[in-house]
Amino acid sequence: MACKFCGPKLSLVGVVLSVWGIIQLTLMGVFYAIKSVALLEDLPLGGGHADINEFIGEVETGYTQNSHNCWIAALLYVITLVISGHQFWLNNRSSVSM
Amino acid sequence: MGSLFRSEEMTLCQLFLQSEAAYACVSELGELGLVQFRDLNPDVNAFQRKFVNEVRRCDEMERKLRYLEKEIRRDGIPMLEIPGEVPEAPQPREMIDLEATFEKLENELREVNQNAEALKRNYLELTELKHILRKTQVFFDEHEGGASTTESMTRALISDDPNKHMGQVQLGFRDKQESLEFLPCFVAGVILRERIPAFERMLWRACRGNVFLRQAEIDTPLEDPSSSDQVYKSVFIIFFQGDQLKTRVKKICEGFRATLYPCPEAPADRREMAMGVMTRIEDLNTVLGQTQDHRHRVLVAAAKNIKNWFVKVRKIKAIYHTLNLFNLDVTQKCLIAECWVPALDLETIQLALRRGTERSGSSVPPILNRMETLEDPPTYNRTNKFTSAFQNLIYAYGVATYREVNPAPYTIITFPFLFAVMFGDLGHGAIMAVFGFWMCYKEKPLQAKKIDSEIWNIFFGGRYIVLLMGLFSMYTGLIYNDIFSKSLNIFGSSWRQNYNESTLTTAKSLQLNPDSMDYLQHPYPFGIDPVWQLAEANKIIFMNAYKMKISIIIGVFHMLFGVCLSLWNHLYFKRRISVYVEFIPQILFLLLLFFYMVLLMFIKWTSYGPSPPNFDDVRTSGYCAPSILITFINMMLFKTDPNMRTDCDDTMFAGQMGLQKFFVIAALMCVPVMLFGKPYFIMKEQKARASQGHQSIEASAENGTAGGAPVPASAHHDEDITEVFIHQAIHTIEYVLGSVSHTASYLRLWALSLAHAQLAEVAWNMLLRKGISTLIIIHTLSTCRAACRTRRRTCACGRCRWRTRSSPRSRGTCCSGKACSPRATRAASTCTWCSRAGPPSPSPSWC
Repeated sequence: MACKFCGPKLSLVGVVLSVWGIIQLTLMGVFYAIKSVALLEDLPLGGGHADINEFIGEVETGYTQNSHNCWIAALLYVITLVISGHQFWLNNRSSVSM
Repeated sequence: MGSLFRSEEMTLCQLFLQSEAAYACVSELGELGLVQFRDLNPDVNAFQRKFVNEVRRCDEMERKLRYLEKEIRRDGIPMLEIPGEVPEAPQPREMIDLEATFEKLENELREVNQNAEALKRNYLELTELKHILRKTQVFFDEHEGGASTTESMTRALISDDPNKHMGQVQLGFRDKQESLEFLPCFVAGVILRERIPAFERMLWRACRGNVFLRQAEIDTPLEDPSSSDQVYKSVFIIFFQGDQLKTRVKKICEGFRATLYPCPEAPADRREMAMGVMTRIEDLNTVLGQTQDHRHRVLVAAAKNIKNWFVKVRKIKAIYHTLNLFNLDVTQKCLIAECWVPALDLETIQLALRRGTERSGSSVPPILNRMETLEDPPTYNRTNKFTSAFQNLIYAYGVATYREVNPAPYTIITFPFLFAVMFGDLGHGAIMAVFGFWMCYKEKPLQAKKIDSEIWNIFFGGRYIVLLMGLFSMYTGLIYNDIFSKSLNIFGSSWRQNYNESTLTTAKSLQLNPDSMDYLQHPYPFGIDPVWQLAEANKIIFMNAYKMKISIIIGVFHMLFGVCLSLWNHLYFKRRISVYVEFIPQILFLLLLFFYMVLLMFIKWTSYGPSPPNFDDVRTSGYCAPSILITFINMMLFKTDPNMRTDCDDTMFAGQMGLQKFFVIAALMCVPVMLFGKPYFIMKEQKARASQGHQSIEASAENGTAGGAPVPASAHHDEDITEVFIHQAIHTIEYVLGSVSHTASYLRLWALSLAHAQLAEVAWNMLLRKGISTLIIIHTLSTCRAACRTRRRTCACGRCRWRTRSSPRSRGTCCSGKACSPRATRAASTCTWCSRAGPPSPSPSWC
């Protein structure tokens, strides 16, 4: 088959990693979306805020932005899942037909 | 008592088997796996036993099977697993059939292999010859083409001034030289490529430079027929003159294991020969293919059955090996065996024996006879698939003696729990539990797969342990409030901050005082308050104090439990003295020293802390809480440290000093009791017995029936008592030092827990936090470009990317060309810092 470029092991690793990535990043996206305090340290915040409201505003945009980032990354993992899943399927099928 | 609590009760049985029925009976018992046979002819060596011939035949069959297996593996044919049930041991008469089958297979295979090897050797020779003919053609073409350097060199070597080079050796051949001049002698052959340099040098030196060697590499690797390795070889051709040189060259070739081939001198002959070689190679190829096909067919047929055969042969061998342990009756009509049998399984064993007799068609039933014995029976713990893994953990430390309390059931809880104390993380525990659950759920299909990997087998063997460890880790993870090094705020933190806004905006780090309304004065309902995750300054200090105390508490209770189990042993074996002089001092020692330390911890936890609503009682505040470790060390040294902190009490409770002194002295008093108690009582008992025995011996001596008996008895008694002393001393030292060092060792629970938590945090910070902050690039790339375009400044977008930030306010700093251009030579990171730390409005002073 022309489009088979991963072996059985590599494609399996790809599937496992992608599933992991999707689960973890979706969950992290959710946690950022509900503004989990535990993740506050991971926001890209600068120092020197003039007043508290500005700081809060920055934190909130940080949360939404990070959650979007996580979901984008999860979507990227969906792509890798599709690719490696397809490869895995090809490998499985060829080994069965043999 | 249940069978899990103690090892099984065993009885020694005598088994009378009729010679004809013995094989079938032993086979049935083997399938059952509940009987341990004793060797009844220990002084007969292995070669003089009755069934030696059969064992040997089995060995021979096994060898043949191994040979077959090796050949099957070499061809890469998959060996079929035994479908379904494992085959039973075959009847003895089946052995002859099996032997015949294996013999036939082996002979066939050997013949095929021999033929194949001969053919391959032939093939190799022909291929080499083909290569020689092809390569030498090139040499000769060069030769005849003239003008080439090779030719002139050859000529120079051979004909010019032979005296100078060849010396005396060649003197006798002078007259022939004229005729040879135009057609020098040559030999052609093939040699391993790595031998070429040595070969060349040897030729040069041995023939003093009078030969001329040409060589060319054969590109394709050739197969060595004997080892079937792929080897690289080279074709060479050596030109020389004269017979003496010829013998010399041939000797050297032989020495280097080069194969020489005849090579005709005339080009036409060579061409003809090449044609012949090609046709022969083709013929050989077809023959070789057929041989391989035949071999493959034979092996595929064998591969279907080989596992089955292996099991059968091994079972036969095991049966005969067991029969060799039996005692032959004088009449040769029956075999007598002695075996250890679990008392509860006598019925099943009887049934198996009856089945065996029926199968063999014998009329006389076997006799199973219980025997009385004073010997120590073997320990046998009945396990199932769940407990066997834990039992194996216990066996790794040692096998308990017969009928002792089996610690395995408690290990089912303590082992996963101690692991979980170290592995406490909800997320990691969940992954582990899922893995363990998957192995348990897919147990049968995974078992059927028979994976050979050692690591996998360790995990699969301990699948229930892994599952339990995962579940327990999830629990301790909840207690530690750790999930992938983050905390869960389920019930709402009990801490509030009461600082005003200006303090919050300016201060670098702030403190929350539990002795104020920062703390709501009621603890977080379950586990550790999530606020500690944000306490960067003293999170580790707080967690260390907590985890160290927890591990010592768990450890002391664990040790106390272990010592308590020994009480059941003493009671069961009716060792009343051991209860008084071993168990009680041991438990006192632990209670008075280490359990007291645990109590101190609880006292410290309960009596020091915030005192709402006034917060003015210094004595019960955390400020006055003493260090448990220092208190304990001072207790052992009978020392009192002056309290440096004003307004604090010296002790934790009234009368602490006196109580502590009493505890230490009492604990130390326990040591001599442990050390001398048991030997003393044994000695007393023996003396009492000896005086009784002495009297009786005296009485008997008066009768003149016995003499000299007391002397060996007393010698035996002396040796015995010293042994008891030594044994007890070792035991005591082990216990006292052990309880101290084990208490310290339980701190490892804390240390590994700390290491786990820190590694998880590092993983988060180094992998995910970085990942998250780089992900921002993707998102802000577009906004950055837009900002750059609108500003139309000189700032390059590549650098912009680093300088922008996600928040819309700080985008202003992005491309302030004024600020950055004077420092264009600086690394972009400087600017990153600028924009991050800088105020919202662009100001040149920041860069």
